[in-house]
Amino acid sequence: MRFEAPRSVEEAVTALAGQTGAHVLAGGTDLLVKLRAEMIEPELIVDIKRIAGMRDVVAEDGGWRIGAAVSGAEMGEHAGLCADWPGVVEAVGLIGSTQVQGRATLAGNLCNASPAADSVPAMVAAGAVVRVVGPKGTRDVAVIDIPKAPGKTTLAAGEFIASVFLPARGARSGDAYLRFIPRTEMDIAVVGCGIALSLDAAGRVAAARVSLGAVGPKVMLVDAAAEAIQGRVLDEAALADLAAVCSAAATPIDDKRGTVDFRRHVSGVLARRAAVIAEARAKGEQA
Amino acid sequence: MSRIHVTTTVNGDATEFLCDAEATLLDVLRDELGLTGTKEGCGTGDCGACSVTVDGRLVCSCLMLGAEAEGREITTIEGMAAGDTLHPLQQKFIEMAALQCGICTPGILVAAKSLLERNPDPSEEEVRYWLAGNLCRCTGYDKIIRAVMETAADMRRAS
Amino acid sequence: MALDDTKKTKDFKVVGTRPNRPDGIDKVTGRARFGADMVAPGMLTGRILRSPHAHARILRIDTSKAEALPGVKAVVTRADFGDVPDHVANVIDNCMAGDKALYDGHAVAAVAANSAAVARKALKLIEVEYEVLPHVTDVDAAMKPGAPVLHEGWQQETVPAGYSGNVISRVEFGHGDVEAGLAKADRVVARTYRTGATHQGYIEPHACLATMSADGQGDLWVCTQGHYMVRNVCAAILGMEQGQLRVTASEIGGGFGGKTVVFLEPVALMLAKKSGRPVKMVMSRSEVLRATGPTASTSIDVRIGMKKDGRITAAFAELRYQGGAYPGSPVDMGSMSAFAPYDLENVKTVGWDVVSNRPKAAAYRAPGAPMAAFAVESAIDELARGFGLDPLAVRLMNGAKEGTRASYGPTYPAIGLIATLEAAHTHPHWTAPLGENQGRGVACGFWFNFGGDTCVSLNVTPDGTVTVSEGNPDIGGSRASMTMMAAEELGIPYDQVRTIIADTGSLGQNEVTDGSRVTFAVGLATIEAARAAKREMCKRAAMIWGIDEEAVEWEDGAARPAGPNAGKFPPMTIKEIAAVASNTGGPIAGHHEVTAEGAGVSFGTHMVDVEVDPDTGATRILRYTVFQDAGRAVHPSYVEGQFQGGAVQGIGWALNEEYIYGEDGILQNAGFLDYRIPVASDLPMIDTVILEIPNPGHPYGVRGVGETPIVPPLAAVANAVSAAAGVRMTRLPMSPPRVLAAMQAAKG
Repeated sequence: MRFEAPRSVEEAVTALAGQTGAHVLAGGTDLLVKLRAEMIEPELIVDIKRIAGMRDVVAEDGGWRIGAAVSGAEMGEHAGLCADWPGVVEAVGLIGSTQVQGRATLAGNLCNASPAADSVPAMVAAGAVVRVVGPKGTRDVAVIDIPKAPGKTTLAAGEFIASVFLPARGARSGDAYLRFIPRTEMDIAVVGCGIALSLDAAGRVAAARVSLGAVGPKVMLVDAAAEAIQGRVLDEAALADLAAVCSAAATPIDDKRGTVDFRRHVSGVLARRAAVIAEARAKGEQA
Repeated sequence: MSRIHVTTTVNGDATEFLCDAEATLLDVLRDELGLTGTKEGCGTGDCGACSVTVDGRLVCSCLMLGAEAEGREITTIEGMAAGDTLHPLQQKFIEMAALQCGICTPGILVAAKSLLERNPDPSEEEVRYWLAGNLCRCTGYDKIIRAVMETAADMRRAS
Repeated sequence: MALDDTKKTKDFKVVGTRPNRPDGIDKVTGRARFGADMVAPGMLTGRILRSPHAHARILRIDTSKAEALPGVKAVVTRADFGDVPDHVANVIDNCMAGDKALYDGHAVAAVAANSAAVARKALKLIEVEYEVLPHVTDVDAAMKPGAPVLHEGWQQETVPAGYSGNVISRVEFGHGDVEAGLAKADRVVARTYRTGATHQGYIEPHACLATMSADGQGDLWVCTQGHYMVRNVCAAILGMEQGQLRVTASEIGGGFGGKTVVFLEPVALMLAKKSGRPVKMVMSRSEVLRATGPTASTSIDVRIGMKKDGRITAAFAELRYQGGAYPGSPVDMGSMSAFAPYDLENVKTVGWDVVSNRPKAAAYRAPGAPMAAFAVESAIDELARGFGLDPLAVRLMNGAKEGTRASYGPTYPAIGLIATLEAAHTHPHWTAPLGENQGRGVACGFWFNFGGDTCVSLNVTPDGTVTVSEGNPDIGGSRASMTMMAAEELGIPYDQVRTIIADTGSLGQNEVTDGSRVTFAVGLATIEAARAAKREMCKRAAMIWGIDEEAVEWEDGAARPAGPNAGKFPPMTIKEIAAVASNTGGPIAGHHEVTAEGAGVSFGTHMVDVEVDPDTGATRILRYTVFQDAGRAVHPSYVEGQFQGGAVQGIGWALNEEYIYGEDGILQNAGFLDYRIPVASDLPMIDTVILEIPNPGHPYGVRGVGETPIVPPLAAVANAVSAAAGVRMTRLPMSPPRVLAAMQAAKG
């Protein structure tokens, strides 16, 4: 195995394109676990952290462009990100321990393509778009379109994610992400739910995006859940409808972390709770 | 398979080492540099026994390649005391019996020091969540949490 | 209260204080050397190839390609060990599979190479041909006729006809007439309880460094709870004389019973023997979980009858423990301890030792008792609540006391159960208000405590300071406790004594650090060794003064004339006597060798408040208090630490921890990610109340305290969750999906 730490995107693309069995290293919190378990035996590791811009958070079009190597801890310390997309920041903050936060990245969490990835439902709800670089140039792709199957992405050989763009938050908008785990920390999500919504002047839901994690082979965007609350004040009836739609939309499996029945039920529970938080944030309340 | 030459700083000392591409920073610290105070409990980032700081940021050294250390500043448990003067956390851990077997202790001390550098007045909940990635099987955490809180109080009074 | 009473009887100066531990600075600076921290010149890396099957016949192992790989210096299989004495036959078969691999992770071959990378590569070159066999991992399934049988012909005659060959033995304890007693009850609760298999979860993986010389001498550095055990077992397996194998215990990064047996050590020695080089072996976390010694999973039937005033009329339990691939689950101790806290007229327990395709169980803190207590204490709680009675009052009414005939045979001397119950009953925790979705649970627990073979050597240096050598690895502060007891007995300051853990060449046989025996047994031997040294020093003073030995007494670190008639001599301190030792007969020492008896049983009562989320079934621990009899708390901080650590391990067992096997018999959660031990943010502070009812079998009244704290929490948490959730939980762990499903089922 070889190790390279290129200084530019072009060098990285060249290195990745010229080698089968090449893996991109950003935070490494998934990659090194797989390496250690001998799940992967790379020929080449390309560390992208030394490429200019990879560790920067930059304002762009009213939103934020987050370099692929920005760690969760750095996001949590960024006042602008925390103000605009607290749900995304909290979601990435739930990944692993304080130590893991020192290294783990949004882009890595996405490329690991786990259906239970915490930051992915939050990014999907936020309408995040990633910038993919590769031998055929640069393209922008919606986060929801990156995962293909557990452990698999739609990225082509030699491609990697250079940055994640979180769009302008918009007026009267807020987001939230909640997950269920058996302990209080250190577990993989049994169910995850991200919600981003905006309210009209009367406090009704003007637009919403609702996503679920760990209840299907990929993180899912639940359009029916958004429709269930569209145009409504988030009263008990609306929340009950939201919960019911999310429970119905979930397509989970039984495994060592949870059962089908549990995951279905908790999908609704989390959707309801996340919606309340997102609504409060949209109203400018502390939540 | 040629080894990688890395120049870095460990506990304030300029340090060079050679490592295989797949060697973790933990492997390097323990096997190349003889700094065995950093422990391996799991190798998967789930126990925190291998905690070190890299450029001031708390990380698991089992989740970082040795090659990534080029140009960085690494601090391990061996860099915590100043000569024979213990860091206040080290002293308090002994006085308050915040360790039993001691295998998790280096990682917990490194993590706790990192917390107090950022937050000199943490609540109990903040200490517990900050240290959630440092497993201890002996103490039930009670005396560890108390020792961190008391050290923080002492350090605030002293400053 | 008890503390004050006993203080009057003897005014301790050192015992009962909280000095800094002697190994503290090494452990907070990273200097302490644990199992994996040792190196030797020319050292090789040893690694193990493990079975990917739960049950398979090993038809052929071809190691030739691995042996041919440059850098590989030795390859070992079971064949290298040949025939071994009967008493270690299962031990070596567990360390290295023979004809069959009996569980996922069972070792089948090992290599030693000049780097970890080469060793890893070599393992992939070893060809093993398996015939995969049907497997069974569940205890009830393993007992059924027709289940895949692990070992033909191993069943003992205690087992009646009709059971699977996996049922190895049956035990029975009790007295009185259970059926007649049950007939007198106003209500009988009959339920089946189940517990998952848990792992000790020590943070330090097993590690050792072995050297073998051509002349047959061996050296082993190892993290273990008992290096004398390691010596004896390895010597038997390798056909060595025990005296030729010197074992040194490293610092030990947790054990909880899991390091009372060997896994790597004989293999490392064989690799060292074949390669002629030192060999270091360190397990990965997944190896620790797959292939060391978790505890038994259990299935337990309980029937208890109670009058409506709370009096128990009869109690019965049938306990089924699967202890993995070889006989020896802790069902015997589970059966003996199940009803130990109660004074019962009619009581009976029946235990079944069952094998299955899982790693062989090792001891885990009060082995066998927590599961039995979970079942029994849950049933008593259900009865008490059913009659609207105070669960603590019911336990006080039925609790064992001095003179009670225990369900497992003996009659108790002075014991502390009632004291812990009374302390719990009057504690503010018991009457603190509870909120919505919250519940409070209590439970009692018992552990026997052990004594066993023990040697201590105490030496007085020429400057009059003292060194103590003991043979038990210090797993939770025992060097501090031994130092304290030696200082107490000699009447000198704590910092004038240093205690070390001696290697196997330095002392006689020592039982492993188990059964909460060290503070009791090694403490007893330390006190006796100090007394022997004191007698010697009194003799020297008598010689110098020219008076009879009997006319000299020892007080406050000095020899003194015993009274005015003995003569008027100024006291001679230990330093003064040591300084002239060469002129009075030579170096001064005391030693003591004993098979310690009179360990003194131990009881505790735990109280816990929980909140259960009605929407998710998730449980949060809100408040926890441990009440336990310590006999005498030598170092109260470490006693508290034992109470707290045991309680939290029990909380993990109750809520989240379990071995999860798939249909394929493969362990699905062989890592700390999904084997979920409690993390700091899961817990509140763990309050402790130390009771001191002195153990008549120890000069200072010490009882072991380490194991009892894990016995009550499974039941205490279950009783609290059951109260909060409004439904009786009978299966551990009480994971959120199980609790939510139970609540939904109860609602209909």
